Amino acid sequence: MTRPGDDPRPGAVELDCRGQRCPLPIIALARRLLSLPVGGVLRVLADDPAAANDIAAWCRMRDQELLPVAEPDVFDVRRTH
Amino acid sequence: MASEAIIEGAAPGSETQARSYFDAAAAAPLHPVATQALLAAAADGWADPSKLYLEGRRAAQLLDAAREAVAESISAPSVRLDEVFFCSSGSAAASLAVEGARAGRARVGDVVVHSAVEHSAVLRAAEQGPARSVPVERSGRVDVEAFGSAVAGPRVALAALQSANHEVGTAQPLADAIAACERAGVPLYVDAAQSIGRLPVPTGWSLLSASAAKWGGPAGVGVLVVRKGTRWAKPWPVERVDPQIVSLPLVVAAAAALRAVLADDAANARLFALVDRVRAGVAATVPDVEVIGDPVDRLPHIITFSCLYVDGEALLHALDRRGFAVSSGSSCTAATLRPSHVLVAMGVLSHGNVRVSLHPGVTSAEVSRFLDVLPDVVAGLRAEIGGHCR
Repeated sequence: MTRPGDDPRPGAVELDCRGQRCPLPIIALARRLLSLPVGGVLRVLADDPAAANDIAAWCRMRDQELLPVAEPDVFDVRRTH
Repeated sequence: MASEAIIEGAAPGSETQARSYFDAAAAAPLHPVATQALLAAAADGWADPSKLYLEGRRAAQLLDAAREAVAESISAPSVRLDEVFFCSSGSAAASLAVEGARAGRARVGDVVVHSAVEHSAVLRAAEQGPARSVPVERSGRVDVEAFGSAVAGPRVALAALQSANHEVGTAQPLADAIAACERAGVPLYVDAAQSIGRLPVPTGWSLLSASAAKWGGPAGVGVLVVRKGTRWAKPWPVERVDPQIVSLPLVVAAAAALRAVLADDAANARLFALVDRVRAGVAATVPDVEVIGDPVDRLPHIITFSCLYVDGEALLHALDRRGFAVSSGSSCTAATLRPSHVLVAMGVLSHGNVRVSLHPGVTSAEVSRFLDVLPDVVAGLRAEIGGHCR
Protein backbone atom coordinates (compact mmCIF):
# COMPACT_ATOMS: atom_id res chain seq x y z
CA MET A 1 0.00 0.00 0.00
CA THR A 2 1.54 3.26 -1.06
CA ARG A 3 0.78 6.47 0.72
CA PRO A 4 0.04 9.59 -1.31
CA GLY A 5 3.37 11.09 -2.15
CA ASP A 6 5.35 7.84 -2.17
CA ASP A 7 7.25 6.79 -5.24
CA PRO A 8 6.93 9.89 -7.38
CA ARG A 9 7.77 9.75 -11.06
CA PRO A 10 11.53 10.06 -11.55
CA GLY A 11 12.44 13.71 -11.34
CA ALA A 12 8.98 14.85 -10.25
CA VAL A 13 8.80 17.84 -7.94
CA GLU A 14 6.26 17.50 -5.15
CA LEU A 15 3.74 20.13 -4.07
CA ASP A 16 1.75 19.32 -0.95
CA CYS A 17 -1.63 21.07 -0.99
CA ARG A 18 -3.40 18.66 1.34
CA GLY A 19 -5.82 20.45 3.63
CA GLN A 20 -6.15 23.39 1.24
CA ARG A 21 -9.52 24.25 -0.30
CA CYS A 22 -9.97 25.08 -3.97
CA PRO A 23 -8.90 27.31 -5.61
CA LEU A 24 -5.71 27.37 -3.45
CA PRO A 25 -4.22 24.12 -4.84
CA ILE A 26 -4.85 25.35 -8.39
CA ILE A 27 -3.15 28.68 -7.68
CA ALA A 28 -0.17 26.86 -6.16
CA LEU A 29 -0.02 24.46 -9.12
CA ALA A 30 -0.13 27.31 -11.65
CA ARG A 31 2.73 29.12 -9.86
CA ARG A 32 4.95 26.10 -9.24
CA LEU A 33 4.62 24.48 -12.66
CA LEU A 34 6.08 27.53 -14.37
CA SER A 35 9.22 27.24 -12.23
CA LEU A 36 9.85 23.85 -13.82
CA PRO A 37 11.54 23.38 -17.20
CA VAL A 38 9.32 22.37 -20.13
CA GLY A 39 8.86 18.60 -19.87
CA GLY A 40 9.19 18.67 -16.06
CA VAL A 41 6.58 16.91 -13.92
CA LEU A 42 4.95 18.40 -10.85
CA ARG A 43 3.32 15.98 -8.42
CA VAL A 44 0.44 17.73 -6.62
CA LEU A 45 -1.02 16.23 -3.45
CA ALA A 46 -4.52 17.63 -2.91
CA ASP A 47 -7.47 16.24 -1.00
CA ASP A 48 -10.10 18.92 -1.60
CA PRO A 49 -13.20 17.24 -3.10
CA ALA A 50 -13.00 19.62 -6.08
CA ALA A 51 -9.27 19.06 -6.75
CA ALA A 52 -9.51 16.16 -9.22
CA ASN A 53 -12.05 18.00 -11.34
CA ASP A 54 -10.42 21.40 -11.17
CA ILE A 55 -6.83 20.26 -11.77
CA ALA A 56 -8.02 18.42 -14.88
CA ALA A 57 -10.01 21.48 -16.02
CA TRP A 58 -7.03 23.77 -15.41
CA CYS A 59 -4.73 21.49 -17.45
CA ARG A 60 -7.26 21.55 -20.31
CA MET A 61 -7.64 25.36 -20.15
CA ARG A 62 -3.88 25.93 -19.94
CA ASP A 63 -2.94 23.21 -22.39
CA GLN A 64 -0.77 21.39 -19.83
CA GLU A 65 -0.66 17.60 -19.55
CA LEU A 66 -2.30 15.66 -16.72
CA LEU A 67 -0.62 12.26 -16.44
CA PRO A 68 -2.58 9.23 -15.26
CA VAL A 69 -2.02 8.29 -11.60
CA ALA A 70 -3.76 5.39 -9.90
CA GLU A 71 -3.59 6.83 -6.38
CA PRO A 72 -6.29 9.10 -4.99
CA ASP A 73 -5.39 12.70 -4.15
CA VAL A 74 -2.24 12.53 -6.30
CA PHE A 75 -1.97 14.46 -9.57
CA ASP A 76 1.03 14.54 -11.90
CA VAL A 77 1.15 17.49 -14.27
CA ARG A 78 3.74 17.76 -17.04
CA ARG A 79 4.71 21.22 -18.24
CA THR A 80 4.22 21.09 -22.01
CA HIS A 81 5.11 24.66 -22.95
CA MET B 1 -42.63 43.75 -11.97
CA ALA B 2 -40.49 45.68 -9.52
CA SER B 3 -37.18 44.00 -9.99
CA GLU B 4 -34.87 46.74 -8.85
CA ALA B 5 -36.37 46.97 -5.41
CA ILE B 6 -34.65 49.15 -2.85
CA ILE B 7 -33.80 47.32 0.34
CA GLU B 8 -33.14 49.60 3.27
CA GLY B 9 -30.13 48.79 5.41
CA ALA B 10 -28.85 45.91 3.26
CA ALA B 11 -25.74 45.87 5.45
CA PRO B 12 -25.20 47.61 8.76
CA GLY B 13 -24.38 51.25 8.13
CA SER B 14 -24.68 50.87 4.37
CA GLU B 15 -26.57 53.28 2.18
CA THR B 16 -29.71 52.11 0.43
CA GLN B 17 -28.68 49.92 -2.44
CA ALA B 18 -30.32 48.83 -5.67
CA ARG B 19 -30.82 45.07 -5.62
CA SER B 20 -30.77 42.88 -8.69
CA TYR B 21 -32.18 39.42 -8.15
CA PHE B 22 -30.46 37.04 -10.57
CA ASP B 23 -31.47 33.65 -9.14
CA ALA B 24 -34.72 32.91 -10.98
CA ALA B 25 -33.63 29.31 -11.53
CA ALA B 26 -33.92 28.80 -7.76
CA ALA B 27 -37.17 30.72 -7.41
CA ALA B 28 -38.61 33.45 -9.63
CA PRO B 29 -40.30 36.43 -7.93
CA LEU B 30 -44.04 35.94 -7.59
CA HIS B 31 -45.80 37.09 -10.79
CA PRO B 32 -48.28 39.94 -10.06
CA VAL B 33 -51.07 37.84 -11.58
CA ALA B 34 -50.21 35.07 -9.10
CA THR B 35 -50.56 37.48 -6.19
CA GLN B 36 -54.03 38.53 -7.37
CA ALA B 37 -55.10 34.92 -7.95
CA LEU B 38 -53.75 33.91 -4.54
CA LEU B 39 -55.85 36.55 -2.78
CA ALA B 40 -58.96 35.71 -4.82
CA ALA B 41 -58.57 31.98 -4.19
CA ALA B 42 -57.97 32.54 -0.49
CA ALA B 43 -61.30 34.40 -0.38
CA ASP B 44 -63.24 31.88 -2.50
CA GLY B 45 -61.36 28.60 -2.30
CA TRP B 46 -60.84 27.96 1.40
CA ALA B 47 -63.45 25.17 1.66
CA ASP B 48 -62.68 21.45 1.25
CA PRO B 49 -63.09 20.77 -2.49
CA SER B 50 -64.28 17.21 -1.81
CA LYS B 51 -67.45 18.42 0.00
CA LEU B 52 -70.79 18.57 -1.77
CA TYR B 53 -72.17 21.86 -0.45
CA LEU B 54 -71.87 25.15 -2.34
CA GLU B 55 -68.62 26.30 -0.73
CA GLY B 56 -67.00 22.95 -1.43
CA ARG B 57 -68.22 22.95 -5.04
CA ARG B 58 -66.85 26.45 -5.51
CA ALA B 59 -63.43 25.32 -4.28
CA ALA B 60 -63.61 22.26 -6.51
CA GLN B 61 -64.36 24.47 -9.52
CA LEU B 62 -61.29 26.60 -8.81
CA LEU B 63 -59.14 23.49 -8.54
CA ASP B 64 -60.54 22.08 -11.80
CA ALA B 65 -59.89 25.36 -13.60
CA ALA B 66 -56.32 25.42 -12.29
CA ARG B 67 -55.80 21.82 -13.37
CA GLU B 68 -57.12 22.62 -16.82
CA ALA B 69 -54.84 25.66 -17.17
CA VAL B 70 -51.80 23.60 -16.18
CA ALA B 71 -52.78 20.66 -18.42
CA GLU B 72 -53.07 22.97 -21.44
CA SER B 73 -49.82 24.75 -20.63
CA ILE B 74 -47.63 21.67 -20.13
CA SER B 75 -47.75 20.56 -23.74
CA ALA B 76 -49.63 20.91 -26.99
CA PRO B 77 -51.93 19.06 -27.51
CA SER B 78 -53.07 19.35 -23.90
CA VAL B 79 -52.53 16.46 -21.50
CA ARG B 80 -55.70 15.07 -19.89
CA LEU B 81 -56.94 16.55 -16.64
CA ASP B 82 -56.75 13.22 -14.83
CA GLU B 83 -53.09 12.95 -15.79
CA VAL B 84 -52.14 16.05 -13.76
CA PHE B 85 -51.31 15.80 -10.06
CA PHE B 86 -50.25 18.54 -7.66
CA CYS B 87 -47.84 18.08 -4.76
CA SER B 88 -45.77 20.24 -2.45
CA SER B 89 -42.70 21.00 -4.61
CA GLY B 90 -40.84 20.26 -7.81
CA SER B 91 -38.50 18.00 -5.86
CA ALA B 92 -41.45 16.08 -4.38
CA ALA B 93 -42.90 15.68 -7.89
CA ALA B 94 -39.55 14.40 -9.19
CA SER B 95 -39.33 11.90 -6.38
CA LEU B 96 -42.93 10.69 -6.93
CA ALA B 97 -42.25 10.32 -10.67
CA VAL B 98 -39.14 8.16 -10.22
CA GLU B 99 -40.29 6.09 -7.25
CA GLY B 100 -43.80 5.55 -8.67
CA ALA B 101 -42.51 4.46 -12.07
CA ARG B 102 -39.97 2.10 -10.49
CA ALA B 103 -42.70 0.60 -8.29
CA GLY B 104 -45.13 0.33 -11.22
CA ARG B 105 -42.62 -1.50 -13.40
CA ALA B 106 -41.27 -3.81 -10.69
CA ARG B 107 -42.11 -6.91 -12.74
CA VAL B 108 -40.02 -5.67 -15.68
CA GLY B 109 -37.07 -4.32 -13.74
CA ASP B 110 -35.84 -1.76 -11.24
CA VAL B 111 -32.98 0.01 -13.03
CA VAL B 112 -33.33 3.76 -13.50
CA VAL B 113 -31.24 5.21 -16.34
CA HIS B 114 -30.51 8.93 -15.96
CA SER B 115 -28.16 11.60 -17.24
CA ALA B 116 -25.28 12.50 -14.93
CA VAL B 117 -26.57 16.08 -14.67
CA GLU B 118 -30.12 15.53 -13.40
CA HIS B 119 -31.40 17.57 -10.47
CA SER B 120 -30.35 16.14 -7.11
CA ALA B 121 -34.00 15.25 -6.31
CA VAL B 122 -34.03 12.96 -9.36
CA LEU B 123 -30.63 11.46 -8.50
CA ARG B 124 -31.63 10.82 -4.89
CA ALA B 125 -34.80 9.01 -5.99
CA ALA B 126 -32.97 7.05 -8.71
CA GLU B 127 -30.29 5.96 -6.23
CA GLN B 128 -32.89 4.35 -3.96
CA GLY B 129 -32.34 1.33 -6.22
CA PRO B 130 -30.03 0.29 -9.06
CA ALA B 131 -29.27 3.32 -11.21
CA ARG B 132 -27.20 3.85 -14.35
CA SER B 133 -25.75 7.30 -14.90
CA VAL B 134 -25.10 8.35 -18.51
CA PRO B 135 -22.21 10.78 -19.11
CA VAL B 136 -22.57 14.20 -20.71
CA GLU B 137 -20.49 16.19 -23.16
CA ARG B 138 -18.50 19.26 -22.12
CA SER B 139 -21.61 21.37 -22.91
CA GLY B 140 -23.69 19.38 -20.42
CA ARG B 141 -25.66 17.67 -23.18
CA VAL B 142 -26.18 13.98 -22.54
CA ASP B 143 -24.34 11.50 -24.78
CA VAL B 144 -27.30 10.44 -26.94
CA GLU B 145 -25.79 7.14 -28.08
CA ALA B 146 -24.81 6.10 -24.56
CA PHE B 147 -28.27 7.07 -23.32
CA GLY B 148 -29.88 4.97 -26.07
CA SER B 149 -27.82 1.88 -25.27
CA ALA B 150 -28.33 2.24 -21.52
CA VAL B 151 -32.08 2.46 -22.03
CA ALA B 152 -31.97 -0.70 -24.17
CA GLY B 153 -30.16 -2.56 -21.37
CA PRO B 154 -31.64 -5.27 -19.13
CA ARG B 155 -34.21 -4.66 -16.37
CA VAL B 156 -34.72 -0.95 -17.08
CA ALA B 157 -37.78 0.41 -15.27
CA LEU B 158 -37.43 4.06 -16.23
CA ALA B 159 -35.28 6.54 -18.12
CA ALA B 160 -34.96 10.07 -16.72
CA LEU B 161 -33.80 13.08 -18.71
CA GLN B 162 -34.29 16.73 -17.82
CA SER B 163 -35.60 19.05 -20.55
CA ALA B 164 -32.71 21.44 -19.89
CA ASN B 165 -30.07 21.72 -17.23
CA HIS B 166 -30.84 23.79 -14.16
CA GLU B 167 -27.26 24.89 -13.53
CA VAL B 168 -25.86 25.58 -16.99
CA GLY B 169 -28.99 26.00 -19.14
CA THR B 170 -28.05 23.48 -21.84
CA ALA B 171 -31.09 21.92 -23.53
CA GLN B 172 -31.14 18.12 -23.63
CA PRO B 173 -31.84 16.11 -26.81
CA LEU B 174 -35.35 15.14 -25.74
CA ALA B 175 -36.55 14.08 -29.21
CA ASP B 176 -33.67 11.57 -29.45
CA ALA B 177 -34.32 10.31 -25.92
CA ILE B 178 -38.03 9.88 -26.66
CA ALA B 179 -37.21 7.88 -29.81
CA ALA B 180 -34.71 5.68 -27.91
CA CYS B 181 -37.22 5.00 -25.14
CA GLU B 182 -39.96 4.15 -27.64
CA ARG B 183 -37.65 1.66 -29.36
CA ALA B 184 -36.78 0.03 -26.03
CA GLY B 185 -40.34 0.14 -24.64
CA VAL B 186 -39.14 2.09 -21.60
CA PRO B 187 -41.09 5.03 -20.13
CA LEU B 188 -39.30 8.39 -20.19
CA TYR B 189 -39.56 10.81 -17.29
CA VAL B 190 -38.79 14.46 -18.11
CA ASP B 191 -37.86 16.88 -15.32
CA ALA B 192 -39.14 20.06 -16.98
CA ALA B 193 -38.77 22.32 -13.95
CA GLN B 194 -36.61 24.89 -15.75
CA SER B 195 -38.37 24.88 -19.11
CA ILE B 196 -42.10 25.06 -18.42
CA GLY B 197 -43.08 28.60 -19.38
CA ARG B 198 -39.82 29.08 -21.25
CA LEU B 199 -39.20 26.39 -23.85
CA PRO B 200 -41.73 24.02 -25.48
CA VAL B 201 -41.40 20.38 -24.41
CA PRO B 202 -42.00 17.83 -27.20
CA THR B 203 -44.63 15.13 -26.67
CA GLY B 204 -43.85 11.43 -26.40
CA TRP B 205 -42.71 11.27 -22.76
CA SER B 206 -44.55 9.22 -20.11
CA LEU B 207 -43.98 11.31 -16.98
CA LEU B 208 -43.11 14.95 -16.43
CA SER B 209 -42.56 17.13 -13.40
CA ALA B 210 -42.41 20.88 -12.89
CA SER B 211 -42.22 23.46 -10.11
CA ALA B 212 -44.40 26.58 -9.89
CA ALA B 213 -41.72 28.60 -8.08
CA LYS B 214 -39.59 28.46 -11.24
CA TRP B 215 -42.21 30.10 -13.48
CA GLY B 216 -43.33 32.88 -11.11
CA GLY B 217 -45.92 30.91 -9.19
CA PRO B 218 -45.75 30.53 -5.42
CA ALA B 219 -43.28 28.18 -3.73
CA GLY B 220 -44.92 25.00 -2.47
CA VAL B 221 -46.53 23.73 -5.68
CA GLY B 222 -45.08 20.87 -7.71
CA VAL B 223 -46.70 19.36 -10.78
CA LEU B 224 -46.52 15.71 -11.74
CA VAL B 225 -47.99 14.50 -15.03
CA VAL B 226 -48.40 10.76 -15.59
CA ARG B 227 -49.64 9.95 -19.11
CA LYS B 228 -52.36 7.32 -19.48
CA GLY B 229 -50.94 3.87 -20.10
CA THR B 230 -47.85 4.53 -17.97
CA ARG B 231 -47.32 1.96 -15.24
CA TRP B 232 -47.07 4.06 -12.09
CA ALA B 233 -47.82 2.85 -8.56
CA LYS B 234 -48.29 5.08 -5.53
CA PRO B 235 -44.82 4.96 -3.93
CA TRP B 236 -46.16 5.59 -0.45
CA PRO B 237 -47.94 3.18 1.91
CA VAL B 238 -51.75 3.46 1.77
CA GLU B 239 -51.98 4.33 5.44
CA ARG B 240 -49.72 7.36 4.98
CA VAL B 241 -51.19 10.77 4.23
CA ASP B 242 -51.47 11.37 0.49
CA PRO B 243 -48.57 13.72 -0.47
CA GLN B 244 -50.69 15.09 -3.31
CA ILE B 245 -52.93 17.11 -0.99
CA VAL B 246 -51.78 20.72 -1.39
CA SER B 247 -53.00 24.21 -0.66
CA LEU B 248 -55.73 25.08 -3.16
CA PRO B 249 -55.03 28.86 -3.24
CA LEU B 250 -51.36 28.13 -4.03
CA VAL B 251 -52.33 25.81 -6.89
CA VAL B 252 -54.74 28.42 -8.30
CA ALA B 253 -52.02 31.09 -8.10
CA ALA B 254 -49.51 28.76 -9.77
CA ALA B 255 -51.87 28.10 -12.68
CA ALA B 256 -52.65 31.79 -13.12
CA ALA B 257 -48.94 32.65 -13.18
CA LEU B 258 -48.26 29.96 -15.79
CA ARG B 259 -51.02 31.29 -18.07
CA ALA B 260 -49.66 34.83 -17.70
CA VAL B 261 -46.06 33.77 -18.39
CA LEU B 262 -47.04 31.82 -21.51
CA ALA B 263 -49.09 34.75 -22.83
CA ASP B 264 -45.96 36.92 -22.80
CA ASP B 265 -44.12 35.59 -25.86
CA ALA B 266 -41.65 38.45 -26.00
CA ALA B 267 -40.25 37.89 -22.49
CA ASN B 268 -38.23 34.79 -23.29
CA ALA B 269 -36.76 36.26 -26.48
CA ARG B 270 -35.72 39.32 -24.48
CA LEU B 271 -34.11 37.19 -21.74
CA PHE B 272 -32.35 35.06 -24.36
CA ALA B 273 -30.77 38.21 -25.81
CA LEU B 274 -29.81 39.50 -22.33
CA VAL B 275 -28.09 36.19 -21.59
CA ASP B 276 -26.23 36.47 -24.91
CA ARG B 277 -25.00 39.87 -23.73
CA VAL B 278 -23.83 38.44 -20.40
CA ARG B 279 -22.09 35.51 -22.13
CA ALA B 280 -20.22 37.82 -24.50
CA GLY B 281 -19.57 40.49 -21.86
CA VAL B 282 -18.14 38.10 -19.27
CA ALA B 283 -15.89 36.38 -21.82
CA ALA B 284 -14.61 39.74 -23.11
CA THR B 285 -14.04 41.61 -19.85
CA VAL B 286 -13.04 38.99 -17.26
CA PRO B 287 -9.67 37.34 -17.87
CA ASP B 288 -9.29 33.59 -17.25
CA VAL B 289 -12.98 32.82 -17.24
CA GLU B 290 -14.73 29.76 -18.59
CA VAL B 291 -18.26 30.46 -19.85
CA ILE B 292 -20.12 27.19 -19.49
CA GLY B 293 -22.97 25.44 -21.30
CA ASP B 294 -24.30 25.48 -24.84
CA PRO B 295 -24.31 29.06 -26.20
CA VAL B 296 -27.35 28.53 -28.46
CA ASP B 297 -29.26 25.35 -27.66
CA ARG B 298 -30.17 26.47 -24.15
CA LEU B 299 -32.74 27.93 -21.80
CA PRO B 300 -33.42 31.62 -22.33
CA HIS B 301 -32.59 32.74 -18.81
CA ILE B 302 -29.51 30.91 -17.44
CA ILE B 303 -25.81 31.75 -17.87
CA THR B 304 -23.03 30.07 -15.88
CA PHE B 305 -19.31 30.83 -15.77
CA SER B 306 -16.27 29.92 -13.66
CA CYS B 307 -13.46 32.32 -12.80
CA LEU B 308 -10.05 30.72 -12.46
CA TYR B 309 -8.25 31.33 -9.12
CA VAL B 310 -11.35 32.74 -7.41
CA ASP B 311 -13.20 31.36 -4.39
CA GLY B 312 -16.86 30.82 -5.31
CA GLU B 313 -18.23 31.71 -1.91
CA ALA B 314 -16.20 34.91 -1.74
CA LEU B 315 -17.42 35.83 -5.22
CA LEU B 316 -21.04 35.22 -4.24
CA HIS B 317 -20.70 37.41 -1.14
CA ALA B 318 -18.83 40.16 -3.00
CA LEU B 319 -21.58 40.30 -5.63
CA ASP B 320 -24.23 40.28 -2.89
CA ARG B 321 -22.54 43.30 -1.31
CA ARG B 322 -22.67 45.06 -4.69
CA GLY B 323 -26.40 44.30 -4.92
CA PHE B 324 -26.54 41.08 -6.93
CA ALA B 325 -28.17 37.83 -5.84
CA VAL B 326 -26.57 34.98 -7.78
CA SER B 327 -26.02 31.28 -7.21
CA SER B 328 -22.83 29.17 -7.30
CA GLY B 329 -21.98 25.53 -7.95
CA SER B 330 -18.59 25.82 -6.22
CA SER B 331 -17.99 23.38 -3.38
CA CYS B 332 -17.47 26.09 -0.77
CA THR B 333 -21.06 27.25 -1.28
CA ALA B 334 -22.58 23.77 -0.83
CA ALA B 335 -23.54 22.30 2.52
CA THR B 336 -21.70 19.11 1.51
CA LEU B 337 -18.51 21.05 0.57
CA ARG B 338 -18.54 19.09 -2.69
CA PRO B 339 -18.50 20.77 -6.07
CA SER B 340 -21.68 20.68 -8.14
CA HIS B 341 -22.16 17.23 -9.67
CA VAL B 342 -23.23 18.98 -12.88
CA LEU B 343 -19.96 20.90 -13.28
CA VAL B 344 -17.93 17.77 -12.43
CA ALA B 345 -19.87 15.63 -14.94
CA MET B 346 -19.13 18.26 -17.61
CA GLY B 347 -15.46 18.38 -16.62
CA VAL B 348 -15.51 22.17 -16.32
CA LEU B 349 -13.86 24.33 -13.68
CA SER B 350 -15.92 24.22 -10.48
CA HIS B 351 -14.27 26.90 -8.37
CA GLY B 352 -15.13 30.57 -8.85
CA ASN B 353 -18.48 29.49 -10.29
CA VAL B 354 -21.44 31.81 -10.72
CA ARG B 355 -24.89 31.09 -12.10
CA VAL B 356 -26.91 34.09 -13.23
CA SER B 357 -30.58 33.33 -13.95
CA LEU B 358 -32.92 36.09 -15.05
CA HIS B 359 -36.64 36.54 -14.43
CA PRO B 360 -38.88 38.51 -16.81
CA GLY B 361 -38.70 41.66 -14.68
CA VAL B 362 -34.91 42.04 -15.04
CA THR B 363 -34.01 45.17 -17.00
CA SER B 364 -31.25 45.73 -19.52
CA ALA B 365 -29.82 48.38 -17.17
CA GLU B 366 -29.45 45.80 -14.38
CA VAL B 367 -27.51 43.52 -16.71
CA SER B 368 -25.28 46.42 -17.77
CA ARG B 369 -24.56 47.26 -14.14
CA PHE B 370 -23.62 43.63 -13.47
CA LEU B 371 -21.23 43.60 -16.42
CA ASP B 372 -19.71 46.87 -15.22
CA VAL B 373 -19.14 45.60 -11.68
CA LEU B 374 -17.99 42.03 -12.33
CA PRO B 375 -14.44 42.57 -13.70
CA ASP B 376 -13.44 44.68 -10.67
CA VAL B 377 -15.02 42.25 -8.21
CA VAL B 378 -13.12 39.32 -9.74
CA ALA B 379 -9.84 41.26 -9.93
CA GLY B 380 -10.23 42.32 -6.30
CA LEU B 381 -10.75 38.76 -5.11
CA ARG B 382 -7.80 37.49 -7.13
CA ALA B 383 -5.58 40.15 -5.59
CA GLU B 384 -6.75 39.16 -2.09
CA ILE B 385 -6.11 35.46 -2.55
CA GLY B 386 -2.85 36.02 -4.40
CA GLY B 387 -4.28 34.43 -7.49
CA HIS B 388 -2.56 36.58 -10.09
CA CYS B 389 -0.91 33.83 -12.05
CA ARG B 390 -0.77 32.70 -15.62
